[in-house]
Amino acid sequence: MSVLPYLLASWLLVIGLYGIVSSRNLIHLTVCVSVCQSATYVLLLAIGYKEHGTAPVFADVPTSRRTVDPVVQSLTLTDIVVAVAVSALLLSLALKAHDHHGSLDPAEMADLQG
Amino acid sequence: MIPLQSVALLFVAAGGLAVVLARDIVRQAILFSIYGFALVVLFLVFQAPDVALSALVVSGIAYPLVLVAAIARVREQQRRERK
Amino acid sequence: MTRTMRLALFGVSVAGFAALLVWGVADLPPFGHYPGPYGDVIVKLSVPQRHMANAVTAVVFDYRGFDTMGEELLLFAAAASVALLLRERREHEVEDIVEPVRSDAISAVGVLAAIVTLVVGLDVVAHGFITPGGGFQGGVILAASVIFLFLCVDYRRYAKVGASTHTEPIEAFGAGGYVALGIAALATGLGFLQNFAELGVPGRLSSGGSAILVNWCSALAVSGGFLVIFGEYLQENMAERHGRRKLG
Repeated sequence: MSVLPYLLASWLLVIGLYGIVSSRNLIHLTVCVSVCQSATYVLLLAIGYKEHGTAPVFADVPTSRRTVDPVVQSLTLTDIVVAVAVSALLLSLALKAHDHHGSLDPAEMADLQG
Repeated sequence: MIPLQSVALLFVAAGGLAVVLARDIVRQAILFSIYGFALVVLFLVFQAPDVALSALVVSGIAYPLVLVAAIARVREQQRRERK
Repeated sequence: MTRTMRLALFGVSVAGFAALLVWGVADLPPFGHYPGPYGDVIVKLSVPQRHMANAVTAVVFDYRGFDTMGEELLLFAAAASVALLLRERREHEVEDIVEPVRSDAISAVGVLAAIVTLVVGLDVVAHGFITPGGGFQGGVILAASVIFLFLCVDYRRYAKVGASTHTEPIEAFGAGGYVALGIAALATGLGFLQNFAELGVPGRLSSGGSAILVNWCSALAVSGGFLVIFGEYLQENMAERHGRRKLG
């Protein structure tokens, strides 16, 4: 079962993709994109985990203690905050599309077809 | 891998599926917040408190605000057009 | 292409994609056996070399400050794009047509919560190099403290504090200050974004050197960015309810 976190990341990516393809609402689609992004967070943190390791904060723990990898954590934490802003941008695009076509359904946006 | 991690992984998998399968967008916004909290627990169990704090503030504050504001704007416009 | 055809095509292709994914992750080192050298090196060096107790914040703002600058400019660009997309419909004076919260108790608790959240946010940002925290997490909390005014009082109070004439300079100062600190490091003869100040004692609030300024700049940029984005969405709602639509 040592490959379970990586399988979870793949599962989240695949169902996020399913949500994007089968979506009937652009806002639902944006949330499914965020689910795909969370798959990458799980994968990054799973790679950095060390058995019996603790958090890489040495305020109360001696520096000789075994910790998990801090580099992947730094990548993930900035990414989480920035992903919200990008989702807000996607939502404003959805609002503009709604203005233009009167509905949030991708299938009803004839301009996008063909 | 300790059992707590397996349970957290299961909750995240179930939460992700629930978020994708939710068709009503308000329901999906709430489910997405809950999924965010499941991710926070997973990040804590993976010994990543910084990432857990970041995911907590984002899925508790930032995402619900932005999603609900967008949904309110769309609902208002649909209500206006129906008149 | 009909919906069922599209879903069937997706089903076939995602089966192949999932097979590739599983084949790829099966070759990764088993969970819990982290092999790579970089994590171990940074954990050994974070306290003696940089005097920072939180290795993750040391990586974010000091060792890999250039990547964080890229992320922050990404946030800045996203906020600017939201403002660009959503701004054309707004009037100059948006009147307060959302009903204010009627209960005085909720308003009082809301203002109290805003103040407490502001202090907690400042605490999280300041302790970034000692405990889990830092500019990114604290910036969102600082933005939330202003949004409490909208949620618990009324729009006019929020607009006085969170108007775009206040939030946009905050965000611009944060993002530009980050780059300016990098250039300041160049001016003192070091590399771009290199730590150029006295590093201090690890575990104290004063530890971190010039990365403290970088921390605060990113907190300003993140909180300003979120307030700009939320302000734009609110203006959309206000303009919508007031009925001033640009036709066409």
